[in-house]
Amino acid sequence: MTTVAVKPATMAQALGRALRDAMADDPAVHVMGEDVGALGGVFRVTDGLAKEFGEDRVTDTPLAEAGILGTAVGMAMYGLRPVVEMQFDAFAYPAFEQLISHVAKMRNRTRGAMPLPLTVRVPYGGGIGGVEHHSDSSEAYYMATPGLHVVTPATVADAYGLLREAIASDDPVVFLEPKRLYWSKDSWNPDEPRSVEPIGRAVVRRQGRSATLITYGPSVPVCLEAADAARAEGWDLEVVDLRSLVPFDDETVSASVRRTGRAVVVHESSGYGGPGGEIAARVTERCFHHLEAPVLRVAGFDIPYPPPMLERHHLPGVDRILDAVARLQWEAQS
Amino acid sequence: MTVMEQRGAYRPTPPPAWQPRTDPAPLLPDALPHRVLGTRAAERVDPELLRRLYAELVRGRRYNAQATALTKQGRLAVYPSSTGQEACEVAAALVLEERDWLFPSYRDTLAAVARGLDPVEALTLLRGDRHTGYDPYEHRIAPLCTPLATQLPHAVGLAHAARLKGDDVVALALVGDGGTSEGDFHEALNFAAVWQAPVVFLVQNNGFAISVPLAKQTAAPSLAHKAVGYGMPGRLVDGNDAAAVHEVLGEAIAHARAGLGPTLVEAVTYRMEAHTNADDDKRYRDDAEVEAWRAHDPIALLERELTERGLLDEDGIRAVREDADVMAADLRERMNQDPVLDPMDLFAHVYARPTTHLLEQEAQLRAELDAEARHHEYDENDEHDPEGNTR
Repeated sequence: MTTVAVKPATMAQALGRALRDAMADDPAVHVMGEDVGALGGVFRVTDGLAKEFGEDRVTDTPLAEAGILGTAVGMAMYGLRPVVEMQFDAFAYPAFEQLISHVAKMRNRTRGAMPLPLTVRVPYGGGIGGVEHHSDSSEAYYMATPGLHVVTPATVADAYGLLREAIASDDPVVFLEPKRLYWSKDSWNPDEPRSVEPIGRAVVRRQGRSATLITYGPSVPVCLEAADAARAEGWDLEVVDLRSLVPFDDETVSASVRRTGRAVVVHESSGYGGPGGEIAARVTERCFHHLEAPVLRVAGFDIPYPPPMLERHHLPGVDRILDAVARLQWEAQS
Repeated sequence: MTVMEQRGAYRPTPPPAWQPRTDPAPLLPDALPHRVLGTRAAERVDPELLRRLYAELVRGRRYNAQATALTKQGRLAVYPSSTGQEACEVAAALVLEERDWLFPSYRDTLAAVARGLDPVEALTLLRGDRHTGYDPYEHRIAPLCTPLATQLPHAVGLAHAARLKGDDVVALALVGDGGTSEGDFHEALNFAAVWQAPVVFLVQNNGFAISVPLAKQTAAPSLAHKAVGYGMPGRLVDGNDAAAVHEVLGEAIAHARAGLGPTLVEAVTYRMEAHTNADDDKRYRDDAEVEAWRAHDPIALLERELTERGLLDEDGIRAVREDADVMAADLRERMNQDPVLDPMDLFAHVYARPTTHLLEQEAQLRAELDAEARHHEYDENDEHDPEGNTR
């Protein structure tokens, strides 16, 4: 048995590799967006693609998000599989009308005759010291729109696998890329990309018995760190990485909460009207008799994303998660 | 002392010479709307085409009248009439080859019908049973678009994709004067020009965006002038002159087909009726203005041309009107039948791979429908209802 030398790769590299492999496998796949060509994207995810596949398939578009997504809709109507880059979370807002009125609805409006198999890549979230409009977590908006799938990787292998799945999907997918994990490394062999669980499956990243941390994207490593720290307090925490917000994997989440009896939802987007409310409600509806305490949320504050020098106070960190875990000792409190 | 401090002495180095990329002159639109009918140019037009345009105009007017009547009978939720604008609608449909694509807005049912769509299928959106009653690929007609101007980038993308695939396909996108103020109009035109996409934009300038007149919509000399800023030709045409609209669109489509890029065509026309049956146009315009446009009616213009040149006589006119009446009677009869709907269709086409929560909701509705059916059955077989109350 030979051992493959596995080099660490970054999430950005894995995403680029996924785009490359998808384009090589299917001539219908086109990459488009602002700066995706010669520059390789501001995060270098599309590095080298224009050289390999040419400008017709890797297109630097004019700077106009509604135009980028709107023309991608037309291209998908003609049988292509566009992969659109939105550069930064808040830059995607001008394209919302196209996304919500057309991308999400075209299959439904045409009773299945005109599906739009396109992928919208949105680098999202904070923690990289970006100035305003560069750190939003906009997943709640996408989750609230029927017709879209919404996924977000937390590991290098998932970045590759989920993006391949998203591009191959016949449904439009909003692919949220956690900016602050772009440079995170994993031992991942780019020449033997691991197959991953399909879109719609959550994964237990760490097994535990005393409570479940339900999280996704940029908060997954934070929760794993919190779980390590919690061991000292006598808490054995399970960490569930959702990977996919739509579809939502009730089965994996409920099974975990039934085992542990306690749950905290952790995400960095605002809590009010945020994904945590939906997740907590679903968990409560399904696991009420197994719960020893209310499902708690640790989320970003309900404020516009703060300036970079203050963002560490806004983002849910290990301490805030541990505080919530402590509050799960409900019986003692009440 | 820094350079900036040497105020008097500092002379900036001029940047490298910059030249505008295009002389705007060839892009400037016609000074006056292009006309064909009643001019010598009309003699060059194929009489068969003129007769065909005429027949479609009359059918179109009849269609508008019938659909408006259906709103009064409660058969249509709403109908935005294109009466007065039929020349634009009909020319847009007839100028395209079968392989080309039409991108209509919500007022353009006539264009879709003139392109061959079943009149009932074209009305499902407005009846309220199906968002799109037809398969867009069957006639190459995109779904009637309700948001303003958002269909324009789709037309650009489709035309661009077709060209990338080596297909000889042109897209024609329709938009109103109000739609030209939307961001998507700007972005679509800009993308089209940069990509030199084989697409033609037809602005039907009918004078009003619901109630807002053109003067409050734009300060541009004409909507066709907007083309110059994007680097594409702009054309101005009399939108009530079916032959002129057909000719100008035909030239623009040939231009696009030859790989020379997009054109913006502004057709100057007038909406003779209210925005929809729900609108009161007396609040924002006076009868005299509407009457003045009646003298420039698209059907009358073409009828005069054809009769004066002996291409159409009383019998011919009667035959066209009778044909239109048959179409309207058939439409009325079929629209008076209640559409048969399956509530389970609500879930059928949201996703290729439905989410679990959608499957749960589908099961919930199925259970509700089954319970309803059982209740109904019980009601029919027993004079007592399930609550035990005697009738």
